[in-house]
Amino acid sequence: MSDILSVRNLTTRFNTFNGVVHAVNGVSFDLKEGETLAVVGESGSGKSVTMLSLLHLLPKTTTTVSGTAEFKDGEQTHELLSMSEAEINRVRGRHIGIVFQDALSALNPVMTVGEQITESLTTHLGLTHKQAYSHALELLDNVGIAQPEKRFSSYPHQFSGGMRQRAMIAIAIACGPKIMIADEPTTALDVTIQTQIVELTRRLQREMGMTVIWITHDLGVVAGIADRVMVMYAGMPIELAQVDELYENPQHPYTEGLLGAIPKVGDSGAERLLSIPGAPPDLFKEPRHCQFAWRCDYAFDHCWKEIPPDFSVGERHYSKCFYDMDKEKPREQ
Amino acid sequence: MAENEKNMNTGLVIDEEANKGIGAALSSLWQLLWRDKSGLLGLVMFLIVVFAAIAAPLISPYDPLDQEISQSKEPPAWKEKGDVSHLLGTDTLGRDIASRIIYGSRVSVTVGFLGVSMAFSLGMMIGLISGYKGGRTDNIIMTVVNMVLSLPYLVFVVFVAAVLGNSLLNVILIFGLTDIPVFVRVTRGEVLKLREEGFIEAAKSVGIKTPRIIFRHIMPNLLGPLITLATFEMSAMIFYEAGLGFLGLSVPPSVPSWGNMLAMGRQYLTVYPWMSVYPGLAIVFTGFGMNLLGDWLRDVLDPRMRRMKK
Amino acid sequence: MTDTQSAETLVHVRHISKFFPVRSSFLPLLRGPVVRAVDDISFTIHKGETLGLVGESGCGKSTLGRLILRLYEPTSGSIQFEDNDVTSLRASELRKLRTRMQIVFQDSYSSLNPRHRIGQIIREPMQVHTDMTPRQMRERTEELLQLVGLRKNHGERFPHEFSGGQRQRVNIARALALYPQFVVCDEPISALDVSIQAQVVNLLQDLQRKLGITYLFVAHDLSMVQHISDRIAVMYLGKIMELAATEDLFRDPRHPYTQSLISAIPIPNPRRERERRRIVLEGEVPSPVNPPSGCVFHTRCPLAQEVCRQQVPEYREIEPGHFAACHFAHQAVNIDPDAGSGPAA
Repeated sequence: MSDILSVRNLTTRFNTFNGVVHAVNGVSFDLKEGETLAVVGESGSGKSVTMLSLLHLLPKTTTTVSGTAEFKDGEQTHELLSMSEAEINRVRGRHIGIVFQDALSALNPVMTVGEQITESLTTHLGLTHKQAYSHALELLDNVGIAQPEKRFSSYPHQFSGGMRQRAMIAIAIACGPKIMIADEPTTALDVTIQTQIVELTRRLQREMGMTVIWITHDLGVVAGIADRVMVMYAGMPIELAQVDELYENPQHPYTEGLLGAIPKVGDSGAERLLSIPGAPPDLFKEPRHCQFAWRCDYAFDHCWKEIPPDFSVGERHYSKCFYDMDKEKPREQ
Repeated sequence: MAENEKNMNTGLVIDEEANKGIGAALSSLWQLLWRDKSGLLGLVMFLIVVFAAIAAPLISPYDPLDQEISQSKEPPAWKEKGDVSHLLGTDTLGRDIASRIIYGSRVSVTVGFLGVSMAFSLGMMIGLISGYKGGRTDNIIMTVVNMVLSLPYLVFVVFVAAVLGNSLLNVILIFGLTDIPVFVRVTRGEVLKLREEGFIEAAKSVGIKTPRIIFRHIMPNLLGPLITLATFEMSAMIFYEAGLGFLGLSVPPSVPSWGNMLAMGRQYLTVYPWMSVYPGLAIVFTGFGMNLLGDWLRDVLDPRMRRMKK
Repeated sequence: MTDTQSAETLVHVRHISKFFPVRSSFLPLLRGPVVRAVDDISFTIHKGETLGLVGESGCGKSTLGRLILRLYEPTSGSIQFEDNDVTSLRASELRKLRTRMQIVFQDSYSSLNPRHRIGQIIREPMQVHTDMTPRQMRERTEELLQLVGLRKNHGERFPHEFSGGQRQRVNIARALALYPQFVVCDEPISALDVSIQAQVVNLLQDLQRKLGITYLFVAHDLSMVQHISDRIAVMYLGKIMELAATEDLFRDPRHPYTQSLISAIPIPNPRRERERRRIVLEGEVPSPVNPPSGCVFHTRCPLAQEVCRQQVPEYREIEPGHFAACHFAHQAVNIDPDAGSGPAA
């Protein structure tokens, strides 16, 4: 599999009244064509901001983005972060589709759902209205919305939560993008609807050969959908691994803590959940050392001196931690 | 900073000392003013007017009622035939314009302040009851409010003023009463929103009685929007007072008020423009300052609660 | 975990219903469409236990929680708390009873008055219901703050200075101020991050052990409910589909809806996730304004038969302590995702 997206040192800062927020601090990763990469983190981890930065979806006046993001479309390579507004507009929706969390606010309430799909088709693919209409009906059917003709002319508020999410997926995949970014698409949905959406995404991915980035905080959903997982904390990816490897052999204390905090069906219930004491760090300070050290059981003096680099801890498994949890001592450098 | 200390149960966003009362509040207030200079400007302008009103006897060059017929109709100092002794000139009865403007601020500030206070307190009470109780009570109150609001305001005010006669008290009463519906409406709107807030349901679940909920829980949350409204209404009242004065329905003509001065100077607008222009500028200055202040207050009082680091 | 056999009943709910009119009309006698939020539910809560109440959005679980505290007036039915008939109490008596039954809400931010300091918020129940002196109230407030894992000086701060998890602790402290016997937790952790959820759940369990509180834990996250509850009730469209001890519910779920819910829980174990087969329910949840006839679940049930459409299944005890409302619950019903529909004996 070749790399379809290569991000190096992505850094995003927000200038606010109260100071500079260091939302994303040096994110680097490669996305392989056809895979599903799950980006996992809690609030404030920077997982959404990272993806929004790639597509210039953050307010321009207060945001500073630096780094590079190379998107390979066939033989051509485009550097996303240095694109102009016009250029990135041709990428958004056409080559990279995005599905947002809250479908009700992400969809225009005064446009019919059908119009929102055809808008993308006519703008990017230059289809005529008639072609766009029939294509949109196909899409609605493909994402599992019954009675597509009727639903085409319906408004978002007339849909249920699950259907709205399907509609958003239809809009995102309308132009056959190479990459689909899904930002917490199932968080607001009931669990039985969630399974429907996950199944739908898997099927579409197979059929269309799409690469998917799935942003979530739910480690259960990740287990069912991801090939690789990138765990983010305080604006940095602190662990990256194949999905089986991450769950069976987590190498970063934060990942270990996260996995221990989820209740597992079938546990006796009398055990306490592993909780990570404290809370995430203040993003107003530029990180100069490991940002997890305050809450870490294994922290030692070196952790306070510099930000840990990516250590290779297994096959295609990286962890930003100076401590070796297996050998129970600091890593040799 | 205890860098090496494990941050056990805090993770508090603001880890330094808590907001300690007035001192911290004032200093953060100053910071906010400084960031948003238009608010600072508005505040300064407003304070100038208030200062003029309070210190009028001290800063006024002349007694505003002092007539010097020999020096009547003098233009402002920088024009030919003008004199520094009367900086802004004199009116037809030889009274110093500058002094009358300074004393005129008293009328404006008094009307604005007392009128708004009356409308604010009564309007808030009525709005609270109407909004919180809802149902029949709300319907009745809002019907009355809407009826009053649909009256042509200026016509109504003029009519009442003409009937009651010229006096400062009457003006205050008229404006105070006719502005009540505005406060009722805004209060009611806020109360309707607040009623549904989680902490009201939480208060009920703890067994707190209605009066306490209204006074301890809802009212403090009303102050922000109402104070903002008050500044705008005060500026509006100052304009309307000038309007009434212009029609001769405000305070008696001898008492210096900006409206009166406008009225008197109207006939001479082409010949002795300064008699109307400068009082007019005073009105504009005050209104503008209050509006700037009101805008700033609106930004500061509400989102500030949310804009703090979460 | 308590021994449910020797259980003393703390709350007894009988045939409780709550219908909300769809349009608020000036003429209350005009019968318009209603939302059948809670539709004829009966069950008991035992002293000292945690009863989990799960269901998806619109099932009525939050409404039920509030009904028990009489924050909503029931349309019909009765609720008994200890020896009191909650549904018929006068307002003043109800207020007094409120000291013994409390609630923690989902949205930790909006349930705290942004203009009050949190010490004030925690003190308020004491001010209203007791004659404690200011010093006693201050001491109790500090005690409560420490009990929930906050510091004494945090009482001086405002809600917006805290994180979500800490605000939830404040809510819990307020609920505990007057030593309640019974606390309804209405989705207390859904809005929190995973690692903070664990902190709050651990706290709730510790408090239960220390103070002997009875919980009604309302949530949609079945795996968290499973962790904390002794018994679980599963709701759908205003009715209870199944109620049983936690292990029994998971080991031997008798209702098809319970089985699909369990099947839908994502397991944080990639190998098992890949291997498992899911029961994927068709369609959407019907509207509670117009619930389906007969068994409300029949429109989506993989096992639905004609009788399910025509007759409302009786909610009955099929094993000791195990209740279900399904025409086929007496058999060991198992939906095999690979086989066709139809109950397997």
